[in-house]
Amino acid sequence: MLEKIMNMDRRVIFILVALVVIFPTLVPVRMPITVSEPTRNLYDFIETLPSGSTIMIAFDYGPSSLAEPEPMAKAVMQHCFSKGIKIIGMTLLPNTPTLAHKLMRKIAAENNAVYGEDYVFLGYRPGTLQVILGMGTDISSVFETDYENKTVDEIPMMENITNYDQIDLLLDLASGSTTEAWIIYANTRYGVKIAAGVTAVIIAQMYPYLQTGQLIGLMPGYLGAAEYEKLLNAPGDGTIGLNTATYAHLLIIGLVILGNIAFFIQRRREG
Amino acid sequence: MEIIGIWVAAFLTLCIYSFLYRDNPFYRFAEHLFVGISVGYIIIISIHQGVIPLAWEPLSEAISALWAEIVGTTTPETRNALWGLFRILPIAIGLLFFARLSSRHTWLIRYPIAILIGFGAGVAIPNVLQANIFAQTRGTIEPFAAMNAGTLSVLDTFNAVLIVIGVICTLTYFFFSVEHRGPINWLSKVGIAFLMIGFGAAFGNTVMGRLALLIHRVGFLLNDWMGSIF
Repeated sequence: MLEKIMNMDRRVIFILVALVVIFPTLVPVRMPITVSEPTRNLYDFIETLPSGSTIMIAFDYGPSSLAEPEPMAKAVMQHCFSKGIKIIGMTLLPNTPTLAHKLMRKIAAENNAVYGEDYVFLGYRPGTLQVILGMGTDISSVFETDYENKTVDEIPMMENITNYDQIDLLLDLASGSTTEAWIIYANTRYGVKIAAGVTAVIIAQMYPYLQTGQLIGLMPGYLGAAEYEKLLNAPGDGTIGLNTATYAHLLIIGLVILGNIAFFIQRRREG
Repeated sequence: MEIIGIWVAAFLTLCIYSFLYRDNPFYRFAEHLFVGISVGYIIIISIHQGVIPLAWEPLSEAISALWAEIVGTTTPETRNALWGLFRILPIAIGLLFFARLSSRHTWLIRYPIAILIGFGAGVAIPNVLQANIFAQTRGTIEPFAAMNAGTLSVLDTFNAVLIVIGVICTLTYFFFSVEHRGPINWLSKVGIAFLMIGFGAAFGNTVMGRLALLIHRVGFLLNDWMGSIF
């Protein structure tokens, strides 16, 4: 038995993981969600913004990592549109514009938001540093036209927006190191308030910035999306994803414990 | 059309996951297709969102304005567009990257690289120091001022002390100028414990992130793809 556990075919584990992911997807069971302070801080900040404020969302994730940031984007945009907060979307990654533009259009349509008045998508420009620093002086010097090729200066929503001074919050939805770039250049140099929604892989790197106040809020992976959806009282993809992930985590914890028990028993026998 | 997209995506998803059984031609086909399409897409987006609006359009407008100036049909708009001629300089410097393709002129690539490194370092050093060293040091020490003022809760006080211990011990582990013996050895061992906890948290989060990708694809296969069948 011990030998079997120690030499278990990895494909057995793959099948077990597949089963614990498929089953809750087919038969959703709602798990309790406790909202963490970083997510609540972000929600509260947006909640206190007056109607007509502007937030910039940087969609810094690609098609291969959209599982976690997309539910966050949906929840935050829904929150902003419901409060009459204007959204400027953009990205620092070349493989994201179509993805982000489509998502903004979809959520805006669901909330009766009008392009050019309630939201705008600037698209992508090459050069992370140049884009972040350039927008600190003049957004239209970096994005002369938006993603739909309209001149930015002629977009009604952008009439009174020149640079970060008119942006109340920058939310970076990231799967890589872009949040650090926003903190280092936009926050440190221009004093823009920054919040982030990041994939689970990079959460640990973000916590030091929370403690210092360089990030005013943080949504960590599926958990962050589910927490934000709970605050909005609108369960969505984040809640579904987190419920499913819980079962998979339980399986993995069980396998880790089993593996350790087998390892220590085997070591004692050999010793 | 959307149905075709769903079926293609489902087929490619299954091709990729077939690698979990063993390496096979379906997996390799999907992998190569993904890499090829990604690169092609990024090139096209970079041309449309970068080269055309930042280089091609302003330069072509400037050249038209220059021609208008020469033939005497200039207007205030065309005169303004003349500023676009200044873009010749960065475009020319950028084009020097292609000097790498010629063995005789490969040395020219040093100029754009030098400018990039110079600009990058000049902008990065003060901001990185401010954001990652000064602000983090302040964040580590600041709670003690609140502790002194008696405004910090017991839990926050514990956290503040723990963070200081963690920072000192972890830095000691990476301090190789003195031999790790006696108290230094103990401090560095505590530092290793903090590092292990950090790596453990990062690993746990990575597992969570990878599972999220699986959950997203399973959700797609069960809801979108199977939903289009039944």
